[in-house]
Amino acid sequence: MNEGNSLYQDAIKQFARAAHGHGQLAAATGEAKLDNPLCGDRVRMQVAVASGCVTAIAHETRGCLLCRAAASVIGLQAVGHDANGIKAVAHDLESILHEGGPVAPGWPELSMFGPARGYPSRHGCVLLPFRALLAAMAESEMKHVQG
Amino acid sequence: MNSKAAPLRDEFPLLAAAPELRYLDSAATAQIHRSALDAVVRHETTRRANVLRGTYRLAEAADIAYAQARQTAARFLNAGSTDEIIFTSGATASLNLVAHAFGNTLKAGDRVLISLAEHHSNFVPWQMLRERTGIELNFIPVTSGGELDLVALPRLIDARTRLVAVTQCSNVTGAWTDVAAIVAAAREVGARVLLDGAQGVQHGPQDVQALGVDFYAFSGHKCFGPGGVGVLWGRGELLAKLPPFLTGGGMIASVTPQATTWALPPQRFEAGTPPIAQAVGLAAALDWMMTLDWQQIHARESRLCELLIEGLQRIPTLRLLGPAPSAARAPIVSFEISGLHPHDICQVLDAHQLALRGGHHCAQPLLAALGVEACTRASIALYNDESDVLALLDGLTFALKELR
Repeated sequence: MNEGNSLYQDAIKQFARAAHGHGQLAAATGEAKLDNPLCGDRVRMQVAVASGCVTAIAHETRGCLLCRAAASVIGLQAVGHDANGIKAVAHDLESILHEGGPVAPGWPELSMFGPARGYPSRHGCVLLPFRALLAAMAESEMKHVQG
Repeated sequence: MNSKAAPLRDEFPLLAAAPELRYLDSAATAQIHRSALDAVVRHETTRRANVLRGTYRLAEAADIAYAQARQTAARFLNAGSTDEIIFTSGATASLNLVAHAFGNTLKAGDRVLISLAEHHSNFVPWQMLRERTGIELNFIPVTSGGELDLVALPRLIDARTRLVAVTQCSNVTGAWTDVAAIVAAAREVGARVLLDGAQGVQHGPQDVQALGVDFYAFSGHKCFGPGGVGVLWGRGELLAKLPPFLTGGGMIASVTPQATTWALPPQRFEAGTPPIAQAVGLAAALDWMMTLDWQQIHARESRLCELLIEGLQRIPTLRLLGPAPSAARAPIVSFEISGLHPHDICQVLDAHQLALRGGHHCAQPLLAALGVEACTRASIALYNDESDVLALLDGLTFALKELR
């Protein structure tokens, strides 16, 4: 299998194994648990948000290599970003998957998902952790607004 | 017919056009037989008109074809009457039809007994009925091999049980249900029996009278016919007493501003324009199936299943799900490999022209009972041969290297 076009590049396997951010937060301000209805994969994402930016993140991801690798990228990169920044990255990731769009600035690891463009049934695997992250941040924001 | 060559493969247009494809996902959708495809094309190009509405010759031709399709389905199931055959959009629609029409005759406190081995399509409709009416929903547990644990049956069924709705064959493990035991227990308490035949029909014509059930549901795409069509068979005297599910054109006797009265079955349960060409195509597939030597096919499928299980058992960290290898089963084999996700396995297999399904197979309660989140499933049909099984075993060896 050609490494350049392979869905399962070494980078994906390495990120999945590294599981950056795996675990739980003792003081999460927001949390979300999302399922992939196709296969029952599940991501539980916890965030701590201060002044609108992620200060800590943890996730428990039960899923395929693509899902685990995406969650691991989030674990490595999400701290310091605000909701709009994460939304922009998630949008760029969708663009990579759907149209072969450019990689988001500061998130070069996402290029490893480029070959997934040819596998629409797997897009949900890659996006699930990002959707969980956005839901967790939305919950954090709602709690903050409600005081 | 031997296990090495599948002479039937050439009768399936997609497989004939893709000789490199190893299709092992027939439990999800079986390939369409040439006769069924031809029948759909012939109908749509020579008899396309709505049914039971027009008096012109084209409409009459469509009526006749549709009626003949109903007769064929009745013969395939050995139904007592063609009026007991209801065409639906598939097994899911058939099961939902019963959950609404029969379900609307139930009241709070009545019981419906299903099993943990059910496909979601025979699980969720009953949960919804529970929410609508307050019925009590009970569950037959499964053994470690995924078979219905009938030891528990006596304590789960009583005079309040109005319906037992179970699968004929598990879409995950291939385990066959002991239908006779279910029917006997149901009859003792006066309960009706609905059999989900979605996985059963692929393995030959059925005899609903011998099965002794009250309802039987199946899909056309599982038995070498087109998609978008299915059948619900119900006992005539039972259907006659049931209210409709969907309402609209074609299912009424008369409509006035004050009240509407219903047509007799089967039209009462076929609101709107039915899947006419699909029913004609399904009938062609069923006609073809009725010409086959099923004893020989079953023996051949069993040999392929044994070959696959033997090979899988040699893979370290692989856990087979389902009945003991020596037990009778439909040729459906599911497994998990420690540390590898079924989606990843299936993706790598796809690169080797192997089509298998990974996931929860719309049977999450069963997988939970078996202690797995997801699994990989190979389902063998009459067009598979030994080379498909050997290619799968080779593909898995490659997947182990690729993904670890």
